[in-house]
Amino acid sequence: MHAATQLIELGAIVLALGLLGAVAVRFSISPIPLYLVAGLAFGSGGILPFGASEEFVSLGAEVGVILLLFTLGLEYTAGELVGTLRTSAPAGLADLVLNAAPGVAVALILDWGPVAAVALGGITYVTSSGITAKVMGDLGWLGNRETPAVLSILVFEDLAMAAYLPILTALLAGASLVAGATTLGIAAATITLILFIALRHGRLVERFVASPTDEVLLLKVLGLTLLVAGLAQQLQVSAAVGAFLVGIALSGPLAHTARELLAPLRDLFAAVFFVFFGLHTDPGQLPPVLGVAALLAVAGIATKLASGWLAARRAGVASRGRLRAGAALVPRGEFNIVIAGLAVSDGINPRLGPLAAAYVLMLAIAGPLIARGVEPFIRWRGIRPSRTRPGARRKQEVPAPAGPADSREDGRDEVERPGRPPVPGQH
Amino acid sequence: MDVERTSLPGIGLRHVFTTGRGRQIGVVSHRTGRRDLVIYDKDDPDTCVVSVALADEEANALAELLGTGRVVERLAELNRQVEGLVTEQILLTAASPFAGRRLGDTRARTRSGASIVAVVRDGEVIASPRPDFQFRAEDVVVVVGTDEGTAAVATILHGG
Repeated sequence: MHAATQLIELGAIVLALGLLGAVAVRFSISPIPLYLVAGLAFGSGGILPFGASEEFVSLGAEVGVILLLFTLGLEYTAGELVGTLRTSAPAGLADLVLNAAPGVAVALILDWGPVAAVALGGITYVTSSGITAKVMGDLGWLGNRETPAVLSILVFEDLAMAAYLPILTALLAGASLVAGATTLGIAAATITLILFIALRHGRLVERFVASPTDEVLLLKVLGLTLLVAGLAQQLQVSAAVGAFLVGIALSGPLAHTARELLAPLRDLFAAVFFVFFGLHTDPGQLPPVLGVAALLAVAGIATKLASGWLAARRAGVASRGRLRAGAALVPRGEFNIVIAGLAVSDGINPRLGPLAAAYVLMLAIAGPLIARGVEPFIRWRGIRPSRTRPGARRKQEVPAPAGPADSREDGRDEVERPGRPPVPGQH
Repeated sequence: MDVERTSLPGIGLRHVFTTGRGRQIGVVSHRTGRRDLVIYDKDDPDTCVVSVALADEEANALAELLGTGRVVERLAELNRQVEGLVTEQILLTAASPFAGRRLGDTRARTRSGASIVAVVRDGEVIASPRPDFQFRAEDVVVVVGTDEGTAAVATILHGG
């Protein structure tokens, strides 16, 4: 009987997610907030508490986090990461300081302690790269001149996550200073090693993963990712970071195929993860934190607008583009919930979960709306584009170091003879 | 003409150039194979006003229309305008005595009355090549003239 109940519950959850996804597509919003709401509804204190499929959902949620970070790592090549660090560090650091500050401050003011401050700082800091990239694509902003600056910020944030998650895990585990330092040392060494392997010996990894059929590739990649994630967890580095690094180590056509193969799995398990987070959040806990969440959301919009403005200004873009860059960065989503999930599972202040849920709900919905509204706002305010001559622009690109196994563009402008179409490097 | 190339991490590449009349046009090449044709605002070089997403085939069709297709069209028009003139596209093989030699060496116009109006090389059209233009194997030579004239040029180029 128990098995039947589990199946019924699981089926109901996944079907409900599908229906919610359809609603999200219909109104072209991100489905993440809807999944969270579904979790809230089915969870303890919700309208329809589910209990039997708890185990599966919690393991599914783990897998969801791992796959989210793995596919994120696949998005970037090691070269892009290193190149971004070189060129966009100032804008990236400004973004970090500006956006983490409100979270840290609120946690300290509420007297939740330093660990919660680090967690909440992370929650207010990270932009949802998934939502942002989708919004920019939908609005036709990919060609805009501020876009590379925005994307560089996203890359920098994802790199910062790779460093931040091990720190957070160590802090949450209540590690002493020595143990914490050891953990960080191990994490840093692991990250360096993987980046080194990816940059210098990417071929080896690819040769190991290369497979005769899609089926074999799927099993190999998924197995490798889960295994490395588990090992990383063992080493106290955090499973998510291990998965992220596996994603970075894979590049080229293999990464492309792997991304396509794993996307459906990632979508399923990531949805399960958001539901899981919602399940563990008591809706009754939401009203008390709504005020603080709204305050943080307003601050979060302001700080992202500022960091987008700064990054675009560094790239020599005029005020319209600067506003657009800030608006594109507003959405928060998957990783903010990942951070909150880590913090909640380690029994940090019980109000952090509901606060993070409310915050992400607000900004995952408000972010795309603000991005949509920014152009009409610019027209309404009559913000004139500065008439710069195209030739007078400052350059802004993300150079990728040209390693031996890396014949890709070096990001420098080049003069090409007309009529010979440049062949874009397919990664 | 300068083509400015910018990498878009996580998405792909962007190429932008400015036309002689000052309009900026670009192409965003996604890693997925999608291409976006982007056209920028006249007054604001930061903003693209139009962004058209093209699938692989569509991008190829557009490239075709903008590239070699144009010449064929122009020639077809020329054909209609001038009765009795034909255009001929002649492939210069490696066996031709003129592979690696200059257009002037063929003395094609003097010997046949037909004119070499263009050469297509690697999908690129070189219109009105001058006498010092150097042929290469695999060039496609476009000739305009009477039936006999164009045939004569073909014979010359093939080593007659």
